[in-house]
Order: sequence, then C-alpha cells, then structure tokens
Amino acid sequence: MNIFVILKRTFDTEEKISINNGKISEDSAEFIINPYDEYAVEEAIVLRDQHGGEVTVVTVGSEEAEKELRTALAMGADKAVLISNEDLDSQDQFTTSSILATYFKEQEFDLILGGNVAIDNGTGQVGPRLAELLNIPYVTTITSIKIDGSTVSIDRDVEGDVEKIETSLPLLVTAQQGLNEPRYPSLPGIMKAKKKPLETLELDDLDIDEDDVEAKTKTVEVFLPPKKDAGKILSGEIASQVKELVSLLRTEAKVI
Amino acid sequence: MGKKVLVLAEVRDGELRNVSYEAIRAAKEIASDGEIVAAIVGAGVQSLAEPLIHYGADRVLVAEDEKLKNYTSDGYFQALLQIVDAEKPEGIVFGHTALGKDLSPRLAARLQAGLVSDITSLEKVGENVVFTRPIYSGKAFEKKTITDGIVFVTVRPNNIQPLEKDENRSGEVTPFSVEIKDLRTIVKEVVRKASTGVDLSEAKIIVSGGRGVKSAEGFKPLQELADVLSAAVGASRGACDANYCDYSLQIGQTGKVVTPDLYIACGISGAIQHLAGMSNSKVIVAINKDPEASIFQVADYGIVGDLFEVVPLLTEEFKKVLVKS
Repeated sequence: MNIFVILKRTFDTEEKISINNGKISEDSAEFIINPYDEYAVEEAIVLRDQHGGEVTVVTVGSEEAEKELRTALAMGADKAVLISNEDLDSQDQFTTSSILATYFKEQEFDLILGGNVAIDNGTGQVGPRLAELLNIPYVTTITSIKIDGSTVSIDRDVEGDVEKIETSLPLLVTAQQGLNEPRYPSLPGIMKAKKKPLETLELDDLDIDEDDVEAKTKTVEVFLPPKKDAGKILSGEIASQVKELVSLLRTEAKVI
Repeated sequence: MGKKVLVLAEVRDGELRNVSYEAIRAAKEIASDGEIVAAIVGAGVQSLAEPLIHYGADRVLVAEDEKLKNYTSDGYFQALLQIVDAEKPEGIVFGHTALGKDLSPRLAARLQAGLVSDITSLEKVGENVVFTRPIYSGKAFEKKTITDGIVFVTVRPNNIQPLEKDENRSGEVTPFSVEIKDLRTIVKEVVRKASTGVDLSEAKIIVSGGRGVKSAEGFKPLQELADVLSAAVGASRGACDANYCDYSLQIGQTGKVVTPDLYIACGISGAIQHLAGMSNSKVIVAINKDPEASIFQVADYGIVGDLFEVVPLLTEEFKKVLVKS
C-alpha cells in the first residue's frame, strides 16, 4: 500500500508566544511535528506494518522542516519529501493545498493521512481541501481505522460522539487525539533515518507558477490577548470561601 | 453595495444550534444591506426554518433528502454546491463546529475561495471586513481579510452575539430540491458518548478536572456540580493521559479550545498547553491545593483547598441559591 502523511512543523505546545515587528517571534522557539500529524505518522507506520507497502512523509515548508521529517523517518517512515515554500510572498491554506495537490497528482497513493488541525494556525483546512482537489473521499477527526481489502472502517469523533463510517480507498483521513500513542524514535531508528531518502522540491520542480497559488487571504495584524489582572484568592474557612465564591459569581461576575 | 450572504444553519438532535443565529449575525455584518439567505439541510427539518427568519435571515432554503439524514461530507457538499450554484452568494458563513470544520474547506476548495476559519469577531473597515481569529489556540490572535473571491468564514460558537429575536419578522421559507448522488462515505451508526449532552464548545459553563482528580471515580463530584449548573465536564491533558476520562473531554492546545462564560478548574495545575485552551473564558475559577499552581495566575477567583472538599460544598451551595432564585 502506498501511504502518505502530510505533516507540518509547529511550535512546541509549551512555547510562550511573543510578537516582534508585527510577527510571531520564532527566536529560540522549540519546534516539533504538529502533535496531530504525529498521530498520523504513527498510524501510517502501523498500517504499513500490517498491510505492507511504504510510508512517505511530505511537508510544505522551510528547509528547517527537514528536522521534523527526519524525526518521522526515525519513527519508521520510509521516505520524506520537503516542498520548499520559501520563495512565496503570500501563502495560506489555499496555497498549501494547491501545492500538495499538484504534487499528489503525480503520485500513486492509496491513503493520505494528516492531523485534523495544526496547533499554530488551527484552521484544519488543508486535509479536506486536498481531498477535494484530488477528488477522493475524506474522513476527519478519526480515532480508529481498519483496512480490509479496499474497504475501510473508521471511527470518527464528532464532538464526543462516535460515528462508525464505512468507505473505501483511495482515501484521505485526519487524525484526532486518541487514535494511537505515537512512538518515540529509537536510537537505531535515528541512525537509520540519516540514510533514508529525503527529497527537496522547489515549486519549479512541480511546474507551479507562484501566481496560481497566491493566497486568497491576508493577515493584517497579529496581537496578544490582553493580560489578565491578578484574580482574587479567597481566604478563611473553606465553607465560607465557597459561600463567598458563589455570591461573587452571582453578584460581581454575574455569570450564574 | 450590499452582498448576498449564505448561512448554513445547523441542526443537532432535532434542534437548531445556537451557532446558526451567531452565523446570521456575522453574515449581517458581511452583507451590509445585502440579503441573508439561510440554508437548512437534512431530512425532516422543514419545521425548524422559522426561527432563522426571527433571528435575521431574509429567506430560508430547505434542502431535504433521505440521504442527508446523517451528515456526510459527500451528501452535504452536493447539497451546498447546488445551493451555491443557484444563489451565487458573495459571502458564506458556517459555524465552526464538527460539521463546519469538515465541510467548509472542501467547499472553499471547489469554489477556489479563501476561507477564514474560527472567527471570534468581525468589523467593517472601509469596504473590507476584518476578521479576528485565535492562533496558537488562543495564545495570540490575528486579524485577516479575504483578498479575492467569495468571503467565506466559519464562526466559533459562543463568541458573536446573535441579533435580538423578532417574531414579527417575516420571510419566505422555500423547499430547495437537491439531487444527491452516491455517497462515498457511509455513516453506519452513531454511538452517543457525550455524557451530558452539553457540548464543550458551546457550553456556557464548564467544570474541568486535572490530575488532582486522581481517578475516573474522582470525576463524579465534578459531574454532580456540572449537573446542578447545566454545565459540560472537561479535563486537562494530564487527566486524559492518566486515563481518568476520555480524550474527547480534553481542553488545551491539543484538544478543544473553549470560551465559556464560566470555567471552573478543579485540580488543574495550569500547564501552558492547558491554558491555551481555556484562558479566554470570560470568568475563571480555580480550585487547587497548591497555592503556587499557575492556574491561579489566570483565575478571576481562586480557592486554595482540596477539590474533594470544595467541590461538593460548591454543589450544595449552588443547589441552595439556584432553588431560591
């Protein structure tokens, strides 16, 4: 089976955010594979081990994303592709999905996995957009996937409920938390990853004209939420604190 | 110049979701003086149309088909595409719900449109509409415009105030006939797991537990408090990782991002990854044994104490005052 994972390099979840010159500052920030994409990588490896075939991880990003691709290779993916977007002046989810679609139209694929959302921009658009551009079905926020021949049975998380879905390959799915427990790369895995193929593609290599993938949206400002004033820590007997809290919530905060 | 704006109204358990009215409000801002067309899609949903007019829609289209009984991307996409082809809206607004998140990118891709997802507010600046949305799960915000084509956005539940309900408003409710071809994905069954029926993303009040809850059993007092307040129960990653509860309850940078009126954090230390998911709640209450816990830095009110002592007392106290009022 030809399995692909689309992944994104993101800030670590423990990073604080600061703004410099109107942009999110990346100075000294730690980067990771977007956690939801990490579930996708894990699931891809498990499925390959069950059904045979190959796992290719693909990202659209800067050359720094090579580190995250190597991590995925160390987990057990077979090949990696980095599509460089460094020449682009403006990009959004329209851009990324158009680039990926151009790439995938030249590939033979049975299954594409991704995270259901990236923890930085948080739009969750690229997966469904890509499926539409490739004219294949997709299922988002999956918590289980079983493949039997070309029949695919999926559990999909829908705001806490579970949809039992049946569909078929080729298919695109996006991972929800609970799908699996991603493995840590082993030391031998890390050594092997250094020798696994990692291909870098420029937009020219894909015959993409920048104008055709120009963003449809524009960010005009980035800002931090207003700092909250220190709250009120109550004191006294617990029972009287509780009474005071209930009264404050009703009379001062007026939320009850 | 006014724009015609299409709103997808969303039905859950036989009722319109509140976010549908919030979407109409957002559509009003985008439309200026243009027309608001609401679409309702499903099977047996005709009777739900009227309130959409009362909340500001000028017309409602009802697209019904047995194949639309359960949401599937394929079914709803075909219905929406046929509606868009017929109406040619200049703006589209969905709720940023499970359904909206799943469907909107696909429709945007087909329409070659930009899409601003998960907006929490919007404002007119000259001819443009500027949308505000959280990034990094609420650690920061960005303002965005759509530079080309249809103005397509999804609105985060609970953030945009719907218009006043006006039962004297009138408007046409018309069936819209759709042709739904083969569905490539079939929903065999829906297993209800959401315990209270109050969805986290739309809940006005959330009672949330962390590692301090200590066990699955430990969530019981939290659930009792939630029941008294008609609240939803949430959890931190710590509680989920420790298997005290289902991952579907997780709030944080991984997990759900919530903005209720009241967030009661019980036994949650306040890791950055959790704060990202809840710190934009309107009022935050923290209950924690550790006075140094970082959750107190974002809390409006804090009680330093054992949640197993505090929470049941809180439940009793709320019971008393809520009965009185």
